[in-house]
Amino acid sequence: MAENIATREAYGRALESLGETHPNVVVLDADLSCSTKTAYFAKKFPERFFNMGVSEQDMMGTAAGLSLCGKIPFASSFAMFATGRAFEIVRNSIAYPHLNVKICATHAGLTVGEDGASHQALVDIAIMRALPGMTVIVPADATETRQVISAVAEYVGPVYVRLSRASTPVLFGEDYHFEIGKAQVLRKGKDLTLLSCGLMVGHCLQAAEILKTQGLDCAVINMATVKPLDEETLKQWAKTTGMVMTVEEHSIIGGLGSACAEVLAESALCPVHRYGVKDQFGQSGKASDLLKHYKLMPEDIAAEAKRFCSGD
Amino acid sequence: MLHKAGAGHTGGPLGMMEIITALYFSAMSHDPKNPTDPDRDRFILANGHTCPALYVALCRAGYFPKEELQHLRQLGSPLQGHPKLNVKWGIEMSTGSLGQGMSVANGIAFAARLDKKDYTVYSFHSDGEAQEGMLWEAALTAGHHRLDNRIGFLDFNGIQIDGFNKDIKDVSPLADKFEAFRWAVRNIDGNNMAEVLDAIDWAKKTKGKPKMIIATTILGKGVSIFENKPKYHGVAPSDEELAIALKELGEGA
Ligand SMILES: Cc1ncc(C[n+]2csc(CCOP(=O)(O)OP(=O)(O)O)c2C)c(N)n1
Repeated sequence: MAENIATREAYGRALESLGETHPNVVVLDADLSCSTKTAYFAKKFPERFFNMGVSEQDMMGTAAGLSLCGKIPFASSFAMFATGRAFEIVRNSIAYPHLNVKICATHAGLTVGEDGASHQALVDIAIMRALPGMTVIVPADATETRQVISAVAEYVGPVYVRLSRASTPVLFGEDYHFEIGKAQVLRKGKDLTLLSCGLMVGHCLQAAEILKTQGLDCAVINMATVKPLDEETLKQWAKTTGMVMTVEEHSIIGGLGSACAEVLAESALCPVHRYGVKDQFGQSGKASDLLKHYKLMPEDIAAEAKRFCSGD
Repeated sequence: MLHKAGAGHTGGPLGMMEIITALYFSAMSHDPKNPTDPDRDRFILANGHTCPALYVALCRAGYFPKEELQHLRQLGSPLQGHPKLNVKWGIEMSTGSLGQGMSVANGIAFAARLDKKDYTVYSFHSDGEAQEGMLWEAALTAGHHRLDNRIGFLDFNGIQIDGFNKDIKDVSPLADKFEAFRWAVRNIDGNNMAEVLDAIDWAKKTKGKPKMIIATTILGKGVSIFENKPKYHGVAPSDEELAIALKELGEGA
């Protein structure tokens, strides 16, 4: 899998094609179109692109208004500002009236890199997931991102799509099939289920390879839709392997791990271990250095999984 | 510093250097040897992405050694990509998310009132930042409460990330807006040191209202290849660009 493409890049290109097929699609940005890659759409369809300036709250409210008249707004900024600065507007003017707005935020997680903690969204999944009726999707690679963007354009209702700045390996071929609310079992195993989303899916696949050499047979599941969670697949694999470890580039508080732990605790099915960013902020650094520092590399995941399985 | 970091904001800081210099080396009462002095003047950099300008001033003033500048944006460095609260190093607040600094500065100004202290609270803003609603909420607060221990600067270089402010969402006329919000306003050429010093003097003398100094500046000032180019809002200089810049600015490499 040679090619590296950032999910934000795939998003920008997907929007560009969507513009051709969906005349109702409109795009809003808040002075970050070159970074979020909505600039591709802006160039092709300038009359359907709204650069709102550095006004994220205004952007979300405007998107709500556009959706009331049948438009399909895609609103983009960095994940920090789309979910943080604009939170209450997203809550009251988008989620509460259940409007058809697609919040596609880039630069999520630690891999923002050098901009540092003020720009590293680590609780965005938690706060978006807590909103009634909000669908939350974290694509794992460029292929999945393209499919997610097509899917959310057809789906009616508010959606949060979490995208990354960093270029990462393309994991899936064109035979891959994303469906909202459906987990994908990428690898079968009997000892442990590694369950993740976004960038960590690739890392979990590599961790599973490492663990295989150490005698642990791991299933790897891509839970791209964090909400609504595919509880059926989760429970099935919890039963099959008897242990679940979640891995995410997000705080262990409130994200994918919490979502899975809620289901597994209520059904008392199996032990679950949440792995991700501990209860702390990020910092400046190269994306690759940060992933090492916060122990989110495949080796780190493998070591943690081993500890978890041996009951330490 | 930015070249070494390989990323960061080049243009904005260059255009602000006269004002930052005037503040740290003339106007502000502060002491790098006693950084926690409760009576010190405060400075809040609301457009946190321009922190290289603040970092060089704090370093020159003696808050931390020069070598530290080389670690900008690196893992573990106190010189984060956006300012992180560190009073011992002269960094008065974490900023970087635009639009929040003016409220923080007002809060410090309210505290001065409560504590009967006469320090001044300076804040620095930008034209892009003026598109954030929160800045105007804070402007109204300062005006309503006649916070005359508040002096703000707004760097009007006309440029933001996606292009020119007038094309994206024009914030002008700014002077009229701040006046309507009950601030005393002065327009200056922010790259003219005499005008900067004179305006600060005026602001200190003007009582009964918060003061806003709207500084027209040139993004990337002093380096011909950077000046007024939106591209240089947020990229670090390359090897060649650095060489040209240092030559034009009269600094040794
Ligand atoms: C709330 C928030 N939204 C978006 C950003 C991303 N951002 C950083 S700088 C910037 C442009 C700001 O314009 P201005 O300060 O006028 O830029 P400069 O003069 O430095 O080129 C944007 C949108 C941010 N830091 N904070």
